[in-house]
Amino acid sequence: MDMPLKLFNSANESSLENQSRRQFIKACAASGALIVGAGYLPITSAEQSSRGKHRDALVFNAFVKITPDNRVVVVIKHLDKGQGVTTGLATIVAEEMDANWSQVGWEFAPADATKYNNLFWGPNQGTGGSTAIANSWQQLRNAGAAARAMFVNAAAKKWGVDSSAVTVSDGFVKSSTHRASFGELIELALKEQAPETPTLKSAGQFRLIGKKIPRIDSPEKTTGQATYTQDIQLENMLTALVLYPPQEGGVLVSFDDSAAKKIDGFHAAFKIPKGLAVLATSFWAAKKARDAVIAKWDLASCETRSSEELFKNYRKVAEKAGTAVTQKGDVEKELAHSKAGEHIVEALYQLPYLAHATMEPMNCVALVGDSSCELWFGSQSPTMDQHDASQLLGIAPEKVVINTLFAGGSFGRRACPNDYVVDAIAIARQIKNRPVKMVWTREDDMLRGKYRPMAVHKVRAKVSSKGGISAWHHHSVAQAILRGTPLEGLINGPVEGTLTEGIHDLPYSTASLRVEGTELPSTTSGLWWRSVGHSGNAFAVECFVDQLAHAVEKDPLEFRRALLQGQSRYLGVLNLLAEKADWSKPLPKGHAKGIAVHKAMGSWVAQLAEVSFDKEKNLQVDRVVCAVDCGIAINPDIVKAQMEGSIGFALGAVFGEQVTLEKGVVNQKNFDAYTPLRFSQMPKVEVHIVPSAEPPTGVGEPGVPPLTPAVANAVFALTGKPVYSLPIEL
Amino acid sequence: MIKLKVNDQQKVFRGDPDQPLLWFLREELSLTGSKYACGIGACGACTVHFNGVPVRSCSMPMSAMSGAEIRTIEGLASPVAKQVQMSWQEMDVVQCGYCQSGQIMSAVALLERNTKPSSKEIDEAMDGNICRCATYQRIRAAIEDSSDKLGA
Ligand code: FES
Ligand code: FES
Repeated sequence: MDMPLKLFNSANESSLENQSRRQFIKACAASGALIVGAGYLPITSAEQSSRGKHRDALVFNAFVKITPDNRVVVVIKHLDKGQGVTTGLATIVAEEMDANWSQVGWEFAPADATKYNNLFWGPNQGTGGSTAIANSWQQLRNAGAAARAMFVNAAAKKWGVDSSAVTVSDGFVKSSTHRASFGELIELALKEQAPETPTLKSAGQFRLIGKKIPRIDSPEKTTGQATYTQDIQLENMLTALVLYPPQEGGVLVSFDDSAAKKIDGFHAAFKIPKGLAVLATSFWAAKKARDAVIAKWDLASCETRSSEELFKNYRKVAEKAGTAVTQKGDVEKELAHSKAGEHIVEALYQLPYLAHATMEPMNCVALVGDSSCELWFGSQSPTMDQHDASQLLGIAPEKVVINTLFAGGSFGRRACPNDYVVDAIAIARQIKNRPVKMVWTREDDMLRGKYRPMAVHKVRAKVSSKGGISAWHHHSVAQAILRGTPLEGLINGPVEGTLTEGIHDLPYSTASLRVEGTELPSTTSGLWWRSVGHSGNAFAVECFVDQLAHAVEKDPLEFRRALLQGQSRYLGVLNLLAEKADWSKPLPKGHAKGIAVHKAMGSWVAQLAEVSFDKEKNLQVDRVVCAVDCGIAINPDIVKAQMEGSIGFALGAVFGEQVTLEKGVVNQKNFDAYTPLRFSQMPKVEVHIVPSAEPPTGVGEPGVPPLTPAVANAVFALTGKPVYSLPIEL
Repeated sequence: MIKLKVNDQQKVFRGDPDQPLLWFLREELSLTGSKYACGIGACGACTVHFNGVPVRSCSMPMSAMSGAEIRTIEGLASPVAKQVQMSWQEMDVVQCGYCQSGQIMSAVALLERNTKPSSKEIDEAMDGNICRCATYQRIRAAIEDSSDKLGA
């Protein structure tokens, strides 16, 4: 998920000149990453009264706390929604502290962007864009090393030796004659000055980084003990369901709750801006009561078209010129004629709406007081959520307390302005001082929009029989995610970046390149879905590359390699893939393989898929080999797990996942019709990591984009027919 | 009034007989390990053992629970169950974790009837449990690991 660089400055937002906001955002974008000091922020003892779960811990800095019984508690500023950051971030601190892994614990950070902002997002705290490890890397190394130095200095004083004679290993501070645990030295260490620029380890000194460290959240998640929003039970709490309009944009005209009132446990029903809240003392009572309400909706402003009509329009628009985003050389002139040995190839690719369909549907527990607001949920963007709450309640953002919990998946879904969190608060404010758990049923979650936008790509190129590309013309037509939302100010340029990310900066060498985009508005809302625009853009680019290779009878791997000369990290993953997957070895009859490579969120991933048909002539993906370059792999096993998961996640979109509209109404309301990958469909996956000394980059999303084209290219090789749309229908 | 056993303890239910077992477990007994994800029996997140058989508790009304013996993730105690949880941790299966109680309940039920399931039998036992994080490869590895160790 690419997330917002924005000042959520609620107090004077309206007075902020749009222009200057744009400039601020542009400046951030231009620098690639806005680093607001990679400091680890020493905290004064006044701030030691922590809200975290380790209440007896003493605070060394914003990220390191230590308990008297010798636990090193790492404060995790990012949401763990499955990607494993609780383990990864804790590993970085433990490494620099020389802690023993078994003494390491963790807790989620409070919502406080002054300490816990994402260093790539300016003054905003949040998780997304696969940035958690990358932005925290230096910060947490400093935090761990600074705490370590304080123990070393304290021990040196206590033992009357020079600090150079004190070492730390495996959680013990030692000199030639003494040995003490962190816990034993804690009081003395706290009196030490934290060094501003602590000495960091060299890569050769790492003992935890690069090793297989078991996930820190594994025990509680295999015993049913992990707490998610859905599990929160507070005294006197009510459960709220919302009766939403059958389509996005519908407005409640009137309702009759007389039957609902007769349900045992019913508490109240009232309007909120987006529908009718129905509250009861249990989920079941709330659901029964909601089912009993009769509501009239005004659906005049809702979508009326079906998916096929929408696609028809998308295709029509794609054939026309769009707004140029990249322009190099004269593509039209090149494509106007071809000589002998030159081929002009064109193709049109089509991608449907997709739902995040997180296993845990959206939910939020809210308690609103007279000038207070406390929330319990898997907050992916605390600063945005605080901002939304403060706008609604008219209180200062920092008054909004957020207790971050595990999220049962997100894939981008939990980072959304003015959405489910706002609904929960809108309900809680009407029954003040009593906690409310607002939950979505699966049906609510499926029908509330925020889909990966549907898209059509028209691509034309000229390729010579030698394998060179002289022109590439690409028109991407899709709905913008942020247009018309509170985050619209983040759109940089005439076309939202999501339409052309991974295309406008095409890595393949071409003498001329023109990349265009056209945004088509819709009342069905879009949102970032694991790897955002890359998820569909890579499909178009990488399927098309295979078509070009095919046109000039080149091997797809060799064709790519030749066009990626000088792009060492693209070549690095391709070469590793080719070696590990035995690219040149033919498969038995009835089987075929395809490859794709893509860079997203700062990491390079190449994948090879092997496909065949089963006895019933259904497509099956037998094996996927993956090569990834994500810089230093903090925890190689988690990197592998993220690639495996991304591959399985993306495969759902190959086999049948899609959201379609019938006269504007979404067809897929639950897992009977919306079909994520199932157990027996999972191929054998092998993941190989390119050894690297580069700073770490993201792994949560980059494994998604190359999968669908790799499978499509394998199907092309198997059937001789190119694949132009997802899900693959044969 | 409906009497049933949950994790070997006698329980009594007096509410709406239509209410699915899942909400009784979660809200009245505070056994929140079993999760809600679809409510229609299509995902397996709510899987518990009903007289030793894996069932979707979101779709089992309390009216069908009279005399039932229910086991939830919180009540797992058999050697097979302990091995499965250990293998799950050794293989580092979990990601978001939300589906995993259900996955483990399905796997334990499988291995309790058959410690040496074939690959196809594993497919059949696990296909009703969606994992949106797609941890399937490691789930399979954990089941195979358990099977090996239980057979040894
Ligand atoms: S919640 Fe019961 S099967 Fe999905
Ligand atoms: S671990 Fe996230 S749904 Fe299975």
